[in-house]
Amino acid sequence: MKPSRAGWLFAAPALLAIAVFFVVPVVAALVMSATDFDIYALADLRNTRFVGLGNYFQLLQTPLFWRALLNTLFFVVVGVPLSIAVSLGTALLLHSRLARFTGFFRTALFAPVVTTLAAVAVVWIFLLHARYGTLNYALSWLGLRPVDWLGDPRWAMPAIVLLSVWKNFGYNMIILLAGLQAIPAELYEAAQLDGAGPGAAFRHVTVPALAPMLLMVSILTMAGHFQIFAEPYVMTQGGPAERTVTVLYLMYENGFKWWSLGSASAVAFVLFLFMLGTSLLQGRLAGRAGWSS
Amino acid sequence: MRRPLAVLTVNVALALIALVTLFPLAWMVSASFMAPGEASTYPPPVLPHAATLANYRLLFAEHGILRQVVNSLFISLLATGLSLAFNLTAGYAFAKLRFAGRERVFRMLLGALIIPAQVTMMPLFLMLRGMGLVNTYAGALVPWLASVFGIFMVRQYALSVPDEMLEAARIDGASELRIFVSVVLPVLKPIIVTLAVLTFLGAWNDFMWPLIVLTDHDVQTLPVALAALSREHVQDAELMMAGAVITVLPVLLLFLALQRYYVRGLLVGSVKG
Repeated sequence: MKPSRAGWLFAAPALLAIAVFFVVPVVAALVMSATDFDIYALADLRNTRFVGLGNYFQLLQTPLFWRALLNTLFFVVVGVPLSIAVSLGTALLLHSRLARFTGFFRTALFAPVVTTLAAVAVVWIFLLHARYGTLNYALSWLGLRPVDWLGDPRWAMPAIVLLSVWKNFGYNMIILLAGLQAIPAELYEAAQLDGAGPGAAFRHVTVPALAPMLLMVSILTMAGHFQIFAEPYVMTQGGPAERTVTVLYLMYENGFKWWSLGSASAVAFVLFLFMLGTSLLQGRLAGRAGWSS
Repeated sequence: MRRPLAVLTVNVALALIALVTLFPLAWMVSASFMAPGEASTYPPPVLPHAATLANYRLLFAEHGILRQVVNSLFISLLATGLSLAFNLTAGYAFAKLRFAGRERVFRMLLGALIIPAQVTMMPLFLMLRGMGLVNTYAGALVPWLASVFGIFMVRQYALSVPDEMLEAARIDGASELRIFVSVVLPVLKPIIVTLAVLTFLGAWNDFMWPLIVLTDHDVQTLPVALAALSREHVQDAELMMAGAVITVLPVLLLFLALQRYYVRGLLVGSVKG
């Protein structure tokens, strides 16, 4: 057997699986988003009609859709910078020559990343409990009044941001730590010779060297944040006052609770467009700032 | 700042962050041993007054959670096996076997990474429904067959396999399959472990797709069953914590045992050029 035939044979099973279970569904979803596929179509496909961009226009006129978009954007805009700041801060601490037991600390800080999101969301329901939760208890030491984290419309999404930062910062921490370790020591020595203190060295050596990695990390983290679903599903069921209905939560409800699969597909594509748009925008902005990776 | 003081500051900061990070997990374990209602007192207790296994007993005896443990274990193990079979062969092919259109197909695969998987969920559900695979293990396994990321990870590693090694085996008259099994796979061992760990954890922790495709209690995975249970038992913190421990502990232990391999996979994903 020639290597060229072998190559196709070896790649074929995976390519076939991706074609059948990914590419075909993506195309089908695009078609479905242009139909009124609903619970009647589920019984008989002939009950489906082509509606063009009807689902999309319908969404634009649905207040809950705008609410979901706004909630998701809040989660992205507040959660991503916060999460990356914590990742960078802890990575710098772990990278410090003064740090001891770094192996243990690295594992401890990374542990939440591998835990099951749905399960730790359940744990956090109780940690965030207005009356008996540990968080409010800790706040009371600081003289702060208890917050009804998951019951107050103003605090439900910030509470989910807290959980998400706790759960995810370890991931980027490991990546940024690897980035810090790859910066040649000579650069710091040269900066020191030029009379730069720790602050100046951070600004002029660490940040530029880490910039491409920070860009990649923030694009990936954003993509992940846009896909928030399990937290509101488990912790708040979209409430209170619809303040934690996210785009994917809306897609799930439209699609698998009300069986409006056409409309749900349209929601999915709106999410995709947002993710694509923000990634391109970030790449463009970074390019302009001279952060080419 | 004088050096001893600086050392103290850095390490105290790290210790405090580690404490805050580990607290939710420690509290989960501790509360799972508390008597019913004990966690819902003020001030919130850190340790159980008298540790009890009652919550675990209740979960296994009354709620039959063993069924979901088995489901999760089966689905995650099968997902791991399937993902290895599909991604190892394809990753090796994209790295080491020449075939027409290889680079173009590979670029298309990487391009597909920007499409979020949730887009596929509605048609995929209809497709599986047509095939009678809703509420079956097979339905839950479909997304784990092959992944672009898995292929990419194997390819990056397989690129370092020396061509001379493969050529030598070819000159000896070994078939391509034979070469893959007895020459390539042994060299790929580290990345095999990495891919296996990542897939097992990914499948175990997965939530949205199993929630959609496994609506029957008897076939549900632990995270999905736990979410359903928590809606019925909003007040029973101790019971829910026992359920969370059963769900989280296996993956946490697996990670601790194979940490090195897990982190390797994470970094492969981050340095794609």
